[in-house]
Amino acid sequence: MEMTTRSPAIRDGLGVGIAVGLSGIAFGAAAVTAGLSTAQACVLSLFAFTGASQFALAGVVAGGGNLAAGAVGALLLGVRNGLYGLRLSGLLGARGWRRLPLAHGVIDETTAVTLAQPDAESARTGFLVTFASLYLTWNATTLLGALGTSRVADPAVFGLDVVGPATFLAILWPRLTGSGPEARELRMIAAGGAAIALAATPFTPAGVPVLLAAVAVLTVLLRRPS
Amino acid sequence: MSVWQAVAAVSLGCYALKLAGLSAPRRVLDHPGVQRFAALVPVALLAALIAVQTFTGDRALELDWPRTAGLGAAVVALLLRAPFLVVLVAAAAVTALLRQAGL
Repeated sequence: MEMTTRSPAIRDGLGVGIAVGLSGIAFGAAAVTAGLSTAQACVLSLFAFTGASQFALAGVVAGGGNLAAGAVGALLLGVRNGLYGLRLSGLLGARGWRRLPLAHGVIDETTAVTLAQPDAESARTGFLVTFASLYLTWNATTLLGALGTSRVADPAVFGLDVVGPATFLAILWPRLTGSGPEARELRMIAAGGAAIALAATPFTPAGVPVLLAAVAVLTVLLRRPS
Repeated sequence: MSVWQAVAAVSLGCYALKLAGLSAPRRVLDHPGVQRFAALVPVALLAALIAVQTFTGDRALELDWPRTAGLGAAVVALLLRAPFLVVLVAAAAVTALLRQAGL
């Protein structure tokens, strides 16, 4: 019985973890092409473990930009993981020292899978399975991409660049397509967030557009308090 | 700043940011306003990520037809109530096939 209620969470977690994790090839290749060593690329995947920030730093190294400013930009991209943590803290029952390993897994994909689960038990399972499979795949493929660089195929050839957006869309879908005031409010927040991020893209450093999307939540909250 | 220093700063900082969210004190997390904000904020951020990862490239708006069509395939699959993994495979397959076709 327990297996049947948890197996969708395991399936979703493995699917997202492995599919998104394969993009580590792109990071490994991009990092080495940018001028990072294979060791530096692997350290980022092992210890930063948040794709957008890693790509951002590689981009600055490639462009010969100011590394301190580049590091700040990469950290800006990581701020949203802190916001996810606010939501996941209770769901994961993250107390005491157990927070330390769990925290490392708080990223876009794990948050998406966790929030899609119907109950707390599946949410925890979904988080752990996504974290484990994504972490292993991402780090293995980072190494492969860094070592192979030009010999490894570009993941875009396999359409893997659309897996991230498709994952987030599939996760949000049931919440957005419901009826009633709650779903209408969520649709406004989603549309507002997407519009703000696109509008801000040409004018702000990487990472800022997605953070600014949080303003969409504030406007809805202020319009109709709690 | 050397590359290694930047790598270390980003690694430590990214972990600290993740830990900070999980470690927010109960008093803060139990505040109704914070709870509502925390419940709604992933919706805004994930929607923004869909838009940014699909329609921008190198900090400018960009319409990549294979990627856009792949996301369209995901929408169709979702409308047909396809299972989650089928949605991902459909999106990636459409994008890959259109790239293969040289679009």
